[in-house]
Amino acid sequence: MDVLDLARWQFGITTVYHFLMVPLTIGLSLLVACMQTAWVRTGDRRYYAMTKFWGKLLLINFAMGVVTGIVQEFQFGMTWSAYSRFVGDVFGAPLAMEGLVAFFVESTFLGLWIFGWDRLSKKVHLACAWAFSLATIASAYFILAANSWMQHPVGIELADGRARLTSIWAVLTNNTVLAAFPHTIFGAFAVAATFLVGIGAWHLWKRTDEEPVWRSSLKLGTWVGVVAFAGVAITGDFQGKLMFEQQPMKMAAAEALCHTEQPASFSVFAIGDVTRADCESVKSITVPALLSFLAHNDFTSEVKGLDELVPLYQQKYGTNYPVDERLGELSGKPIDYVPVLPVTYWGFRLMIGFGAIAAGAGLAALWLTRRGRVPRGRWFPLAALASIATPFLANSFGWIFTEMGRQPFVVVPNPSGVDGVWMFTAQAVSSSTAGEVLTSLVVLTTVYGLLACIEVFLLRRYVRAGVAGVIPPPKPAETDDALTFAY
Amino acid sequence: MDLATVWFCVIALLWLGYLFLEGFDFGVGMLLPVLGRDETERRVLVNTIGPVWDGNEVWLLVAGGATFAAFPGWYASLFSAVYLPLVLFLVGLIGRGVAFEYRGKVDSDRWRSRWDKVIVAGSWIAPLSVGLLLTSSVLGLPIDANGDRVGSPFASIRWDTVLGALAVAGYALVHGAVFIALKTEGDIRLRARRLALRIAPVALLPLVVLLLVVQLHSGSVWTWAASIVVALAALGAMARLYLGREGQAFALMAVAVVGVVVALFGALYPNVLPSTLDPANSLTVADTASSPYTLTVMTWVAAFGTPAVLVYQAWTYWVFRKRIGTRHIPPVHVPTS
Ligand code: HDD
Ligand code: HEM
Ligand code: HEM
Repeated sequence: MDVLDLARWQFGITTVYHFLMVPLTIGLSLLVACMQTAWVRTGDRRYYAMTKFWGKLLLINFAMGVVTGIVQEFQFGMTWSAYSRFVGDVFGAPLAMEGLVAFFVESTFLGLWIFGWDRLSKKVHLACAWAFSLATIASAYFILAANSWMQHPVGIELADGRARLTSIWAVLTNNTVLAAFPHTIFGAFAVAATFLVGIGAWHLWKRTDEEPVWRSSLKLGTWVGVVAFAGVAITGDFQGKLMFEQQPMKMAAAEALCHTEQPASFSVFAIGDVTRADCESVKSITVPALLSFLAHNDFTSEVKGLDELVPLYQQKYGTNYPVDERLGELSGKPIDYVPVLPVTYWGFRLMIGFGAIAAGAGLAALWLTRRGRVPRGRWFPLAALASIATPFLANSFGWIFTEMGRQPFVVVPNPSGVDGVWMFTAQAVSSSTAGEVLTSLVVLTTVYGLLACIEVFLLRRYVRAGVAGVIPPPKPAETDDALTFAY
Repeated sequence: MDLATVWFCVIALLWLGYLFLEGFDFGVGMLLPVLGRDETERRVLVNTIGPVWDGNEVWLLVAGGATFAAFPGWYASLFSAVYLPLVLFLVGLIGRGVAFEYRGKVDSDRWRSRWDKVIVAGSWIAPLSVGLLLTSSVLGLPIDANGDRVGSPFASIRWDTVLGALAVAGYALVHGAVFIALKTEGDIRLRARRLALRIAPVALLPLVVLLLVVQLHSGSVWTWAASIVVALAALGAMARLYLGREGQAFALMAVAVVGVVVALFGALYPNVLPSTLDPANSLTVADTASSPYTLTVMTWVAAFGTPAVLVYQAWTYWVFRKRIGTRHIPPVHVPTS
């Protein structure tokens, strides 16, 4: 493998891994803040127990989110230095803002929240939970603005062969981020909701102590889940329309749509290899005209297929890579404008499919536990626990689709934007040696693998122990020194 | 002063915040097995930095992000050139961070002692790598006209950058001991104070030599002055510590770090990354800087953001200002099995 492939694998692995923690942190932190608010307002011990229990799981997860995020911050310079030089004027700003505006707040107020239980007044302590939670959402906004700029560069001009920022406002209000942000946030709440439902249902079935805690958690989870899944569907539809305008090739790749169709049907499922060579042989189950609607809100509009798009791209962005030794094997070679179809096609379907499963599981749990019922049978808790994985998978596939669907570009040309501001992934990579990147890929993957085992082990332990695991028995006569320590 | 120079100073300031704040976190980690004689004492030590270590680390992230935004060429060239040491640095930070959060989550001696090893290893690796990274940038790397490193992946490991690594690690060790003396009570406090005084002459030596090397390499009158401030402040800190005035000693350590940063970044300016191959390849403040528009935007963000950060981080330190000791440590309460 050459540096390019290694760098891509490394970025993909580390980012997908980071994004396993991210949605749980975002979703759970807001829900914990809500639980604590309920406790402060009502004084009901159930909400206190919920805050403590879910808060502990949040912390275990957060630690991993932080340490994997650090790697992300440096990776652009390490493996994508040519990219960093090309886009730095635009791309660095949201990254720096994320740190200054979001990460500082996040980390400081989380520290206050963990250690401040008996140092701060109840209200101030609650405010810390909210500050933390809102900061995670703010951080998502900034980083998604950066990512959306790569999908759809705006607010720039081309100067000395580089992208130069002309309007930060345009970058921060890019319509791509306005669509991606709610989609990603709803996706995050879908994760947290399923987490609550799965664990709550398991405890209810096990009839461990504190039934009201689990019942309330389950209920909260299902309602948040219902809203979140409706949210991802609606915002996803909106994103599809933007994608149709901004990245027609990604749209065609999502459907493995070989020929232009009018009206275009949406493929639900395909049998056979979804590769370009197999255009004719793949059988797919389709819903007539649905794709036209998704793309353009109109059941009769035309959606361009790959065979029409490729010549269009070649004409606009060139047929061959420039001759440049830094491009290695690709130097002077023809450019392949079609993303890896099986990945984009199945990635898109798996995102939606796993989301639908999670939504279904949530609704089923709500029905089965209606009016104080406790379902019997082993399959219920097992299904509830298993469904926790589905929104995580949906999120990962969403990203894999989005990121791989824009290949071979790392900065996708904006069809109505500035000429010349785009970049091929092959041009973006550092001049590091393959040995260096391979070393870091192996090291990071091993460390991450180990950490995953440890995190799951800890989460399992705390989940099983339930409320008793996080609320210590009443202390003997308190002295004035009673403090809270997390370690 | 033009905006690019202002941003050069902002980045120096972010590194200052990082070295000062996370410097003592590193020291606490390094000294964990030395000053923490039993489990309760080790918990005291870890808890002195518990509420703040993550906030301290963000100074590094923002230094990285701000370098990306203000000097993309610097960010790209430095981090790709020092690739492998940086990976080691990241692994050290990952280990430390997870270890702090997870060590107390299971009640088992084996579990804790393993995480303690990770804390110690990470707390040594990280400052050593920071030192290597910073001195590579100040003293230069073999970079070509594209800003890419020429030569082996280990080109950044030379006697002078290794000296830089030792300098930062040695400083963190002393700084951590002073911090522990300031934040704890009873026996640990006394031991920390004694330890700081005993190790300071050796631990701070590489820093002094490094400053001399940097001055001879590219010093000016005022970086010489800064270096002298470092020496005086460090001496003063130890003198105050000897008298048991930990607060003043800690404040003087802060003065010393200011001096270090001024001397290093002062010697670096107007370069951001000199080339050891050909001065014509050196990356400078002027030619790596982002456009005036981007810098203006960033200046507004920093002008509002930084004071807020300083206020609420200071507030955190105020909230947790009390010294802690073994008597405060509650029994372990974690799920069993
Ligand atoms: C949609 C949300 C999102 C996305 C796409 C990313 N992150 Fe992230 N990141 C977060 C949302 C987030 C968060 C919710 O704010 C985290 C996750 C858990 C946590 O600890 O904070 C976080 C943590 C986190 C940290 C540690 C912050 C700290 O110490 O408190 C860093 C440095 C980054 N991220 C950097 C990145 C970079 C450079 C990314 C791009 C490749 C990235 N993240 C993708
Ligand atoms: C956390 C959510 C994200 C996930 C799961 C994700 C996933 C991926 C994957 C799977 C790849 C590899 C694609 C390929 O090589 O074909 C990739 C590449 C990349 N992504 Fe993302 N990404 C995420 C967020 C971001 C963000 C927020 C940015 C920028 C701010 C970004 C920038 C990049 C870059 C620079 C590459 C390398 C070029 C490439 O190989 O395409 N990604 N990402
Ligand atoms: C009906 C359901 C859904 C539709 C129509 C839909 C649509 C889309 C589209 C069109 C994109 C690509 C945007 C682009 O590249 O321009 C996308 C990305 C994504 N989706 Fe979905 N989606 C759905 C469900 C879900 C679910 C259930 C999740 C997770 C729980 C999810 C998570 C993501 C993520 C993380 C991304 C990548 C980030 C982004 O671009 O926002 N999606 N989705």
